[in-house]
Amino acid sequence: MLEIKNLHVKLQEEDKVILRGVNLNIGAGEVHAIMGPNGSGKSTLSYVLAGREGYEVTEGSALLQGAELLDMEPEERAAAGLFLAFQYPVEIPGVGNMTFLRTAVNAQRKARGEAEISSGDFLKLVRERAKTLKIDADMLKRPVNMGFSGGEKKRNEILQMAMLEPKMCILDETDSGLDVDAMKLVSEGVNALRDAGRSFLVITHYQRLLDHITPDVVHIMAGGRIIKTGGPELALKVENNGYADLLAEVGA
Amino acid sequence: MSLQSRHRADLAARLGGQVPPSAGFTAHARVRALARLQAMGLPHGRDEYWRYTAPDLLNGPAPSLGAQHPQGQLGAALNPLVLTFCDGVFDAAASSDLALAGGQIALLSRAQTDLHFAQDIYGSLEERGQTPVARPFAALNTALAQEGVLLHITGKVVRPILLNYVAKSDNCDVMLHHCIKMDAGAEASILEQGGLGARGNLVIEADLAQGSVLHHIRSQTSDDAALAVTHLFARLHGDSALKSFTLSAHGRLIRNETVIELLGDHASAHVAGASLIAGPDHHDDTVFITHQGRACESRQVFKNVLKSGAVGVFQGKILVRQSAQKTDGYQISQSLLLDGDSQFLAKPELEIYADDVKCSHGSTSGAIDETALFYLQSRGIARAQAQALLVLAFMAEATQEIANPDLAEEMRAQIEMVLQRARL
Ligand SMILES: Nc1ncnc2c1ncn2[C@@H]1O[C@H](COP(=O)(O)OP(=O)(O)OP(=O)(O)O)[C@@H](O)[C@H]1O
Ligand SMILES: [Mg+2]
Repeated sequence: MLEIKNLHVKLQEEDKVILRGVNLNIGAGEVHAIMGPNGSGKSTLSYVLAGREGYEVTEGSALLQGAELLDMEPEERAAAGLFLAFQYPVEIPGVGNMTFLRTAVNAQRKARGEAEISSGDFLKLVRERAKTLKIDADMLKRPVNMGFSGGEKKRNEILQMAMLEPKMCILDETDSGLDVDAMKLVSEGVNALRDAGRSFLVITHYQRLLDHITPDVVHIMAGGRIIKTGGPELALKVENNGYADLLAEVGA
Repeated sequence: MSLQSRHRADLAARLGGQVPPSAGFTAHARVRALARLQAMGLPHGRDEYWRYTAPDLLNGPAPSLGAQHPQGQLGAALNPLVLTFCDGVFDAAASSDLALAGGQIALLSRAQTDLHFAQDIYGSLEERGQTPVARPFAALNTALAQEGVLLHITGKVVRPILLNYVAKSDNCDVMLHHCIKMDAGAEASILEQGGLGARGNLVIEADLAQGSVLHHIRSQTSDDAALAVTHLFARLHGDSALKSFTLSAHGRLIRNETVIELLGDHASAHVAGASLIAGPDHHDDTVFITHQGRACESRQVFKNVLKSGAVGVFQGKILVRQSAQKTDGYQISQSLLLDGDSQFLAKPELEIYADDVKCSHGSTSGAIDETALFYLQSRGIARAQAQALLVLAFMAEATQEIANPDLAEEMRAQIEMVLQRARL
């Protein structure tokens, strides 16, 4: 599904290098988790994949179902099936959440050569999916993420994901700021979307999320590289011992 | 040459021997207007009121027409009564019958009786609007305008009245002068669309009696090269309300002046403008609101989207006289700069002589929010469409001033169309 090869990234405006040769292979239907110390480059990786400006790829590639993501505009990446649930969802004053969702759904349909969704069908779909995430009608009416609590913003990200039905979902610390119940809701939302044709990359600091969303593979990122890859037990090890041992192991 | 004599020389050249018509109910007003104009001369770049908008293009010869951007009929779903003016000349074939339930319509060119309802309006609101600031183009218009609509609204008029302007000829100088008399409790909606002419000079004088309501919506988006100066003079008596909204785009130089006197108590005036301007075009909103009556409310909401060397100007004044206790005045002017080359010049002014008033004003200039743009794009929305969403959001406070939801939606659609067309 997603194949990242030797990805090197620096900041455009500065000489600061952030990613130093990331390699990652996520098969269809798989769930991978990335853990790693603050500042190790996890969000940068997700932003670069989604196409945010300000970064320069100096080497490497990122293929989504064989297509080079790095050559595409952000909206083309979305149309190709990529979705990023932001670590910090953006507030957009004046743009209604509903308008936003409908515009996004229709834009992607158009890009795929499909007809626009009817208002009736759209409303039904949003209401149904919002309900399972306990997002109330008022939140749908308000401007995008405006006045949403931290947890509400994260649930709104998952709602967008559920509406857009992407192929490759990247969740950047979707668990941070969630209370125990919301964590369950979000995990159920994610698990409901798990299927053989959809893959997930879950960035997190805590085992707690991985108790709900069991990963197939766990990667540890440090200093802009994947320094270790293993099974779910690797996450438990981090939870108990921190990163010191792992860093020492690779001599970082 | 002194400034004064230069003004006079410019004026003589501009008048080019034209003299006001000497018959009809407007004759007296025209003579007075010409005398006013001769005393003040045409505006000059050194005039304080023209500091941000060079009047040279307005003083020289009328230009050729630019690319035209025709649009569908405004408010078509509301079945408007249409009055079409081609290069300033009434086009009966492209107009509805001049019969209106709830009012009377006449044409300035044909209304020559001395007992006309517009007699107390024509030139008189304009004249009041000349102090404390001179508005020479309005006086020029009163003196020379040959055509316009005279509206007497006596009841609640449901059908909007659409003034449809068509510009056809190069170098055509067009002056139109409309008078609107709103009787007590009357209600009407006036829509304007199209380009007056290669160079347009428009004056509207509106007198709102007790409890009357006037909606005014103008779409000024039809010609790339147009030069236009418009003046809306309104006098509001007790409990009356005016809501005016203007959408501007494409014109080479547009200056819209709005001069409002809130005379009676509890009157309300809302003036809003949304402009989309790409360089080298220049757009100017100049507003002067005088609070005289008690407990009146006024709102000015102006939003400019500027790109590639465009200049947007806002001069907005609220004058609160001593009698105007409990005044509620609000003014906001904002610009969204789509690149680094454009300029927004704002001059908000408050002059307050009453002590129990609430007045606020604010002005901001900002760039498009790149983070928001990326967020929208990451959901599959193309950059241009994402930008349009953000522009519409920025404009919302102005478009919300349109009371009729269908017309508000039409204006939003036009904004999107301009964004696509101008690739702003
Ligand atoms: N636009 C930027 N300008 C300056 N520094 C940046 C920028 N983007 C990322 N960085 C730096 O790059 C490094 C990696 O940041 P990134 O946000 O990717 O880390 P992270 O692994 O997601 O951390 P966290 O776990 O705290 O979310 C950090 O040192 C950060 O300060
Ligand atoms: Mg991060």
